[in-house]
This record gives sequence, structure tokens and C-alpha cells, in this order.
Amino acid sequence: MNEFLAMGGYALYVWPAYSVALVVLAGVWATGERRRKRVEQQLAALENNGGADRP
Amino acid sequence: MHRFANPGRFQRLAARLLPWLKGLTALAFLIGLYLALWDSPPDYQQGATVRIMYVHVPSAWMALFAYLLLGLASASALIWRHPLADVAAEALSPVGAALTSVALATGALWGKPMWGTFWVWDARLTSFLLLFFLYLGHMALLGAFDDRQRGQRSAAVLALVGLVNLPVIKFSVDWWNTLHQPASITRLDGPSIDPSMLWPLFVMAAAFHLFLAVAVLERMRTLLLEARLRAQRQAGFDRLQMADQGAGRGR
Repeated sequence: MNEFLAMGGYALYVWPAYSVALVVLAGVWATGERRRKRVEQQLAALENNGGADRP
Repeated sequence: MHRFANPGRFQRLAARLLPWLKGLTALAFLIGLYLALWDSPPDYQQGATVRIMYVHVPSAWMALFAYLLLGLASASALIWRHPLADVAAEALSPVGAALTSVALATGALWGKPMWGTFWVWDARLTSFLLLFFLYLGHMALLGAFDDRQRGQRSAAVLALVGLVNLPVIKFSVDWWNTLHQPASITRLDGPSIDPSMLWPLFVMAAAFHLFLAVAVLERMRTLLLEARLRAQRQAGFDRLQMADQGAGRGR
């Protein structure tokens, strides 16, 4: 396990590389989800009020 | 192409496809990461840093592929006015920018131990940085105008002009004296990489392809919903305005 984490002495480079990739990809996914959910909520609110944003 | 031009049809198709694509993406990453980090050998020269290749190369490939798609979408919008083309373009650039940034960062982290430097202004790295700026420029142009269509049109023109950067990136390692190594996979003689490393690379490449598809399709869905929201709000305003005028309050 320690050998795995040490990555042959290159841990300082390998793990940050994978972390950056993971964080950015997860960020893309998360921001997409958040934006879509917001629109879905706003659309639902609009359609429930018979076309008005506020009652 | 024209069968999917109908936004409603696209939404229904996307809603059916996306759960499967998301599942496949997760699976591909699990297998790919297992192969990349555990089951594949270290390189006899590069040691464990070769494992960075399994995120650096797929992200770079996808950054380029996404730009190609952006160019196609832009051409489709400008020339044929395909209704989903602008939506696709707007969905593609942020995802493309993210993939480019991953390629740049992982490349720098690979370069430091192997080349002794995080960065060098050689042809490959510089043209790839330009790709990143093209994505950012595209995103900026889309939001730069009050009139959405003007933004979409200028962004599409930028995307098309930037297409010339793609062959430059691809052939930069042949045309110029670069620190970045020449092609070891997409060559006429076939890949020069050992199968024990080629398979993890291909699985990770598949995972990144799937990620691109999921991220872009989701964003397209959202953009279409936002368009519907705008249309409904506009219809609501119009109704209010007509009601006001009918009651004699407007002139």
C-alpha cells in the first residue's frame, strides 16, 4: 500500500495530476447539475403559476 | 441530423440516453483507473510518472475532439442554421476549456519530473495553450452582446477561424523542434506503445469520451430548458402588457 501511495518516488507529481483531473471533471459535472436543477425549478414555478413568475 | 433538429425530440432522446451514458462513464472510469494506477507496469525510463499519461493524453485528445465538434457546430449554425447547432456550441466550449486545462495541468506535472520544467514555449505547448484561450474567447463572445444571436454568430466565427489551430497542434511535434515528444499512437506504422500500457490508455480514452458526451448533452438539455423559460417569461410579460392596455392603463 505504501509503495502504491509512493508511486516510485513520484507521488508529488502523480497524485496531484490525478487530483486535478478528478476535481475539474467533478466540477464540470456538478456545475452542470446545479444549473439544470435551477432551471427545472424555475420552469416548474412558472408553469404552476399559470405563466407568471410571481403569484 | 434533421430528425434531431426538433428540440422536444432531442430532450426526450437525451432523457432516455443519459442515465445509460452516465452509468457507462462511471464504469469506464472505475476500470480505467484500476488499470492506470494499479494493474499497469511502471515505465523502465519514466517510472511511475508514466501513469500521468493515462489522464494527460485522453484529456488532450478530448480537448481537441471537442474543438472539432465546436467547429462543426459553428459551421452548422452559420451555414445551415441548424436549430440545435448554437446550443451544441454553447454546451461544448466550457467542457472543452475544462478538458484543455486538465491536459495543461497534468502535462506540467509530467514535465517537471521528466523534462525538468513545468512549462516551455515550444510549438506543441504554445498551440495547446492557444486552444485554451480560443475556448475562453468563445465563451466570452457568447455573453458579450445584449442580442444573443449576435453573440452566437461572432462566437461561431471565432470557433471556425480557430480550427486552423487543430492541424498546427497535431503536427507541431513534426514541423518544429519541440520538447514535447512526437506521436507514439496515431502514426502510420501504428502505435509504438506496449499493449500493457495501450489498454489502460484506451479504456481511459473511452471514459473521457463518455464524459464529454454526458457533460455536453446535459448542458444542451439545460440550455434548451433555459430557452423555454425565457420564452414563457416573455409570453407572460406580453400577456400582462396586453392586459394593461386593454384596461386603458397603457397608451
